[in-house]
Amino acid sequence: MIRRHLPFATVAVIALVAAPLLLEPFRLGLLAKYLCYAIVALGIGLAWGKGGMLTLGQGVFFGLGGYSMAMYLKLTEAGGAGGGLPDFMVWSGVESLPALWVPFGNPVFALGMAVLGPMAIALILGTLVFRQRVRGAYFAILTQALAAAMVILLVGQQGLTGGTNGMTNFFELFGQDLAEDSTQRGLYLVVASVLGLLYLATRQLVNSRYGRLLVAVRDGEDRVRFLGYDPALVKTVTFAISAGMAGLAGALFVPVVGIISPALLGVVPSLELVVAVAVGGRHALAGAVLGAVVMGYAKTAFSEQFADGWLYLQGALFILVMTLAPKGIAGISRSIAGRLRHARAT
Amino acid sequence: MTAFVNQLPIGLSIGAVLLLIALGLTFTFGQMGVINMAHGSFIMAGAYTAYLLQDLVLALPAAFLVAGAMGLVLERLAIRHLYGRPLDTLLLTWGVSLVLQQLARDLFGAPNVQVSAPSWLSGGVGILPYNRLFIMGLAVAGVVGVWFYLTRTGLGRRTQAVVQNRQLAATSGIDTGRIDMLTFFIGSGLAGVAGVAVTLIGPVGPALGDYYIVDAFLVVVAGGLGQLRGAVLAALGLGLLNSYAEFWSDASLAKVIVFAVIIAFLQIRPQGMFVLRSRALT
Amino acid sequence: MRISRPIVSAILLLALAACGSDAEPAAQSSEIKVGLLHSLSGTMAISEVTVRDAELLAVEEINKAGGVLGKKLVPVVEDGASDWPTFAEKATKLIRQDKVATVFGGWTSASRKAMLPVFERYKALLWYPVQYEGLESSPYIFYTGATTNQQIIPGLDYLKEQGKKKLFLVGSDYVFPRTANKIIKAYAAANGMEILGEEYTPLGHTEYSTLVNKVTGAKPDAVFNTLNGDSNVAFFKQLKSAGATAESMPVLSVSIAEEEVTGIGVDNIAGQPVAWNYYQTTETPANDAFVKAYKAKYGAAKVTSDPMEAGYNAVYLWAEAVKKAGTTEVEAVKKAAPGIALERPEGLVTIDGENQHMYKTARIGIIQPDGLIKQVWDSGEPIKPDPYLKGYPWAASLAAG
Repeated sequence: MIRRHLPFATVAVIALVAAPLLLEPFRLGLLAKYLCYAIVALGIGLAWGKGGMLTLGQGVFFGLGGYSMAMYLKLTEAGGAGGGLPDFMVWSGVESLPALWVPFGNPVFALGMAVLGPMAIALILGTLVFRQRVRGAYFAILTQALAAAMVILLVGQQGLTGGTNGMTNFFELFGQDLAEDSTQRGLYLVVASVLGLLYLATRQLVNSRYGRLLVAVRDGEDRVRFLGYDPALVKTVTFAISAGMAGLAGALFVPVVGIISPALLGVVPSLELVVAVAVGGRHALAGAVLGAVVMGYAKTAFSEQFADGWLYLQGALFILVMTLAPKGIAGISRSIAGRLRHARAT
Repeated sequence: MTAFVNQLPIGLSIGAVLLLIALGLTFTFGQMGVINMAHGSFIMAGAYTAYLLQDLVLALPAAFLVAGAMGLVLERLAIRHLYGRPLDTLLLTWGVSLVLQQLARDLFGAPNVQVSAPSWLSGGVGILPYNRLFIMGLAVAGVVGVWFYLTRTGLGRRTQAVVQNRQLAATSGIDTGRIDMLTFFIGSGLAGVAGVAVTLIGPVGPALGDYYIVDAFLVVVAGGLGQLRGAVLAALGLGLLNSYAEFWSDASLAKVIVFAVIIAFLQIRPQGMFVLRSRALT
Repeated sequence: MRISRPIVSAILLLALAACGSDAEPAAQSSEIKVGLLHSLSGTMAISEVTVRDAELLAVEEINKAGGVLGKKLVPVVEDGASDWPTFAEKATKLIRQDKVATVFGGWTSASRKAMLPVFERYKALLWYPVQYEGLESSPYIFYTGATTNQQIIPGLDYLKEQGKKKLFLVGSDYVFPRTANKIIKAYAAANGMEILGEEYTPLGHTEYSTLVNKVTGAKPDAVFNTLNGDSNVAFFKQLKSAGATAESMPVLSVSIAEEEVTGIGVDNIAGQPVAWNYYQTTETPANDAFVKAYKAKYGAAKVTSDPMEAGYNAVYLWAEAVKKAGTTEVEAVKKAAPGIALERPEGLVTIDGENQHMYKTARIGIIQPDGLIKQVWDSGEPIKPDPYLKGYPWAASLAAG
């Protein structure tokens, strides 16, 4: 039992105690950003790794969560300043607050929408496509097109969304000054805890009866159907859960990083997250989380050293992982561990 | 009113561009189930071939060979190991496209380069300039060529056999590995030809492939996997839809409308317009 | 158990690596670090790399002339990767970790908006080198490119002088074109001009046949073009093949400089007007030296353009302010900057104390068959920057912010 929980506990202690003590505020902020991505990756690990649904539109849900949060932050700031209108609306020529925005002044509503909004959209889309047995590559391409269409829609509605600029310049969250290092440290702890809890919950889910059904659907959808289950329902629910995680991650991302823009939720960022999961190891939830952190860190480190090389390295990494180690870092580490155990036993 | 009537040929010419860029995908994606995200990079390779040669007529076969050879290398070195894992090929080929894009940037520089259109393509008939007509002609030629290859040549018929039942085809003595190579060569080569065509109407730069890749996949998805007539109908339909949607609203909204229509369409025909019937249990 | 021990050790290593990279040698007192933050990768790299090159040239020249306050300038170059949050992240890194004296950077409005809160939060200085949509004046940003009354409005004055009454507006779908078009519409209403249509296309859009059909169908006297980047290539190629010419329907562009002409193809755009503050052909002694130095460093085939020149100027203007202040300390530099006037390649440039923009001369040019731009009109003297258009009665409703 102790052995079972030891690795998780170790990581949790490092993340919650050691990192905030050791890292400079700037680096801690970066780590918080990677952990936000890791939450999305966890959802991808569930949907893709366990459920076989390759979703290339996870950025859309991330973005919806982020925009919900950003709208709340903008409204508290505008209300506080007395102007009543967010800055970008003023320079976009919007004269009164659009009706869509009004409820987002309420933090409960905004946070609820950040999670439930993406889930609702995933439920609708999932019901539509999975009922029709659209799957595999078709599903992947549809979600990718969804990401592309979403970006165009957000950019086009400049008065509502801030257009390409997105929303930035946030000052406070629940009365806390976002510029303060202590606030950022607190946010980091929130992000890390949320990730930890979601990880435990997802692991529980995967080990449950439902989780086994999900894996069964991945490996033989028609066979599951013949056994009397409804694979479309299982897939839709899973897709919605992963969308909810992405939405929550987006909501946390905004106060941590201080910006949300269409560039964060398009085709490329969505794909990058999937690749991070593949690098970490899609079949293990921990692999997905690790992949997101590793890739996030690698991107920062590389672009600080030599910017042009990043694309080469990223590209080479995909090619190598896909051809040589399709199970990612988790797969490699597990096979090493397995070999060690084997060697010890003999 | 004339503007409205003009949208009809415009829609068809947009459809022709879509058809050209998607034609190669009906091979690689349709016949082999490989989601080739590097398809956009092969289009780009074709466009840069046109830039290097600066001669449209010469560039067409040259681009076919250059892009085809790149596809062949990709298939032999990497994709071959991934058959049966279509989603992995997607990620792999995206990695390839990143590398190729950066390579183009290092070789040819980041700014767009100029490909001059031959003088015999200036002018036009009615609303359609000659270069648009040329692209439409090229699309027709491509479709006829592919149709002829698939149905009238031995290799083509063997290709179809492999698509329909790989094991049975192998048992009948068809070298499926060879067919895969050839199919990938042709599919990538067609991307190269499309690349030459788009130099007539658009920018030629390292990011060129990104502008066309999503549209190309949508055509194939809407048309049905591996179905030539599906791709033709889907491309022309999407072209017309795009043209009129943009005419009545604007370019941004038109893209969103096209996407919504495709989702709605897949509700009625989840496997695209035409479905390959098969008894395989998936 | 699902996490194997190697994964744990990997995470541990990672955390350590993250700590390790914080070690920074203390800045040596004989050097002044300055940050250069532009997109070196991604879609914007095409434009921004040249601005960084121009800024590096300025740094090199200043160092050759003895540096600033007797110290050498050391550029710290970072990549914004055409991604707005990355700009914010790298700006934070430059300020907090590298402790640079100032940052020169940005191109798109979105990148500037993303960096603005960072510079205001840490009270650091940003020099932004590109023409933009106005309606902004951050106390921690100096704007060395044109604001709307130094580019858009002179462009409209030129069209009006040419007797163009009916305009069609074409732009990419983002902040600058939408704001510019609002100004154009207000100007048209006050000056008896008619706007026949206003169209936006997504960034990176390449299919312009429908739009060209709409434009030619409306038969405007002129088109005001705020398209960005690659879209310009597709638009001009398709406009040309539809038979439109610069004589029958000129297209005035505000985002096409010498750099972009080759990619569009000179054949497709020769004869069309553009509006800027500087061209490679601008005749000033400072420009002769700039063009010569730039070509010597980066190659004879390279061209210089307005944003490059504005970036090049920014380094000199900052250096001048530092010399005047006697320190690189931000508040002192800000205090010293107003009124600084330098003869630059575009002519006399003066820092406005009120809004930290520059006095700049507006110039209309025609694209020549050799790819360079020949000036055909100028404003005669540097125009006072007016980002909120307070001095234009017809713009009263726009300047509400």
